[in-house]
Amino acid sequence: MTYDFFYKLFGSQVIAAIIQSLLPLFVFILPFALFAVWLERKVSAHMQDRLGPMRVGWHGWLQTVADILKLIQKEDIIATANDKPLFNLAPVLVFVGTYAAFAAIPFTSAFIGSNLDLGVFFIVAVSGFVVAGILMAGWASNNKYSLLGAMRSAAQIISYEIPTVMVIITIVMITGTLNLNTLSQLQTGHFWNWMIFGGPVFGVSKFLMIPFMIISFGIIYISTLAEVNRTPFDIPEAESELVSGYHTEYSGMKFAMFFLAEYANMFAVSAIVTALFFGGYQSPIGYIGHLLGLPWLVPIEQLFWFTAKGLFFVFVQMWLRWTLPRLRVDQLMTACWKYLIPIAFADLIIIGLITLI
Amino acid sequence: MREYFKNIWAAVFTVLVGMKVTFKHLFVPAVTIQYPDVKPKLPERERNRLYVNMDDCIGCDQCARACPLGIINIETVKALPTEDLKTSQGRKKALWVTNFTIDFAKCCYCQLCVFPCPTECIYMTDVYEFSEYERENLIYNFSTLTPEEIEQKKTNLSLFEAEKAKEKAAKSAAAPAPAKPVPPAAPTETKKEN
Ligand code: SF4
Ligand code: SF4
Repeated sequence: MTYDFFYKLFGSQVIAAIIQSLLPLFVFILPFALFAVWLERKVSAHMQDRLGPMRVGWHGWLQTVADILKLIQKEDIIATANDKPLFNLAPVLVFVGTYAAFAAIPFTSAFIGSNLDLGVFFIVAVSGFVVAGILMAGWASNNKYSLLGAMRSAAQIISYEIPTVMVIITIVMITGTLNLNTLSQLQTGHFWNWMIFGGPVFGVSKFLMIPFMIISFGIIYISTLAEVNRTPFDIPEAESELVSGYHTEYSGMKFAMFFLAEYANMFAVSAIVTALFFGGYQSPIGYIGHLLGLPWLVPIEQLFWFTAKGLFFVFVQMWLRWTLPRLRVDQLMTACWKYLIPIAFADLIIIGLITLI
Repeated sequence: MREYFKNIWAAVFTVLVGMKVTFKHLFVPAVTIQYPDVKPKLPERERNRLYVNMDDCIGCDQCARACPLGIINIETVKALPTEDLKTSQGRKKALWVTNFTIDFAKCCYCQLCVFPCPTECIYMTDVYEFSEYERENLIYNFSTLTPEEIEQKKTNLSLFEAEKAKEKAAKSAAAPAPAKPVPPAAPTETKKEN
């Protein structure tokens, strides 16, 4: 829809495509990352009975803007022993991997970067870029702690991709589509049509499915948490033992890109969880636009609901971060291979049997 | 097998308990004090920057001697008997304090200089924000006299003493064996006041 609009406006497919692809970055990801960093500081501060940033703007809301301005001005330090091409490429790759995932995420029914039929698959595949970027950063830094962090990150992301994909398969098995837009449309109506409540088909199987859906949701939430390197799975970054892991050696804008990618990634996984289990951009209680007969209001409302749901899961990620201590490496692997993966398998089989009913 | 499910239960349960605790703390009022805007209340006997009330200082040097770091530097010039110097309590002052410096860069705020002061004119204030870019700026001079005045006091005294010496010479010339020379007024008075 937006693509057609820009196409009509400029009369050129190239310009329309460029605008379409940059739109989420400037309209959504950048403001969101700035907001999320501020939110993270505020949430952590208030959970520890502090105030957090207070001095730049109202309750410090401009603090992250000021920080970004500072980071842009900083010198871009490259140590002599760094592997320069890889070192320079790594942050870009990490950011691209994160940003590409947004292409398949439906923000509203009117805006989706690319209405891919393989949407979920594309996201899972493209987030592999992030692993490559992180490994590259760790290797090119020529710093043992960075390398350790990168290795841990690779091990962790690859392990946790399995339960994530298992849960995605579960959902795909029920709905029969990999397209996130279609998935969101399926869950239209009210909140009891969401996948977490057994999906849109009303019947016995719906109610049988609810507990298993909740388990699936738990698994995918935990494993995506690990995929974005958030506490309690932040051993790749581990400030206290690895001095921030793979981005220790980065400064200035490159560091900002890692930072931006991390927060964008947080939203990306929250968006996937939302789209899979919580109706994507669908409103839980119906639309004011339909009520008032204003069809143009609906996509705006959908954007609101989508952002609200995504932000809620981002908030829960922060909440967990300031609650739980970091896992040890062996605990991390135990949690994945001994608990999440078998449970995900059992869940897959049970839900498969239920759908047969 | 039981162990396995127990572990899962323990993990989920403890995470939820922890989340409950942190969520409660979200609404606990912060303990932060917004320092430059809001100043914390200082205890009654806080020890900060010293202040010397020069009107009352008699230049007795007690504080300088008590200071463990020797950072108080006092110079005095005797006052003429004709000059009538008084503290606020009406006490006689026999000395002009021409120089009274405290080097706050070295001060450890031990307050040892405060207690011996006979006129209680050196004391702690509640000022603690006095950082400087140059270390020299931390040497505070409390003396109220201007350099000209100090010069004047010094010349006055030397003139007076020269006159006295002349008088004495004249006296000794007139009476070769005086019973007792008149001692100069100032030093004895200082001693008495100590
Ligand atoms: S407070 Fe202590 S260190 Fe400071 S001037 Fe007085 S005696 Fe010296
Ligand atoms: S002890 Fe008091 S009166 Fe004596 S020199 Fe020090 S400040 Fe002045």
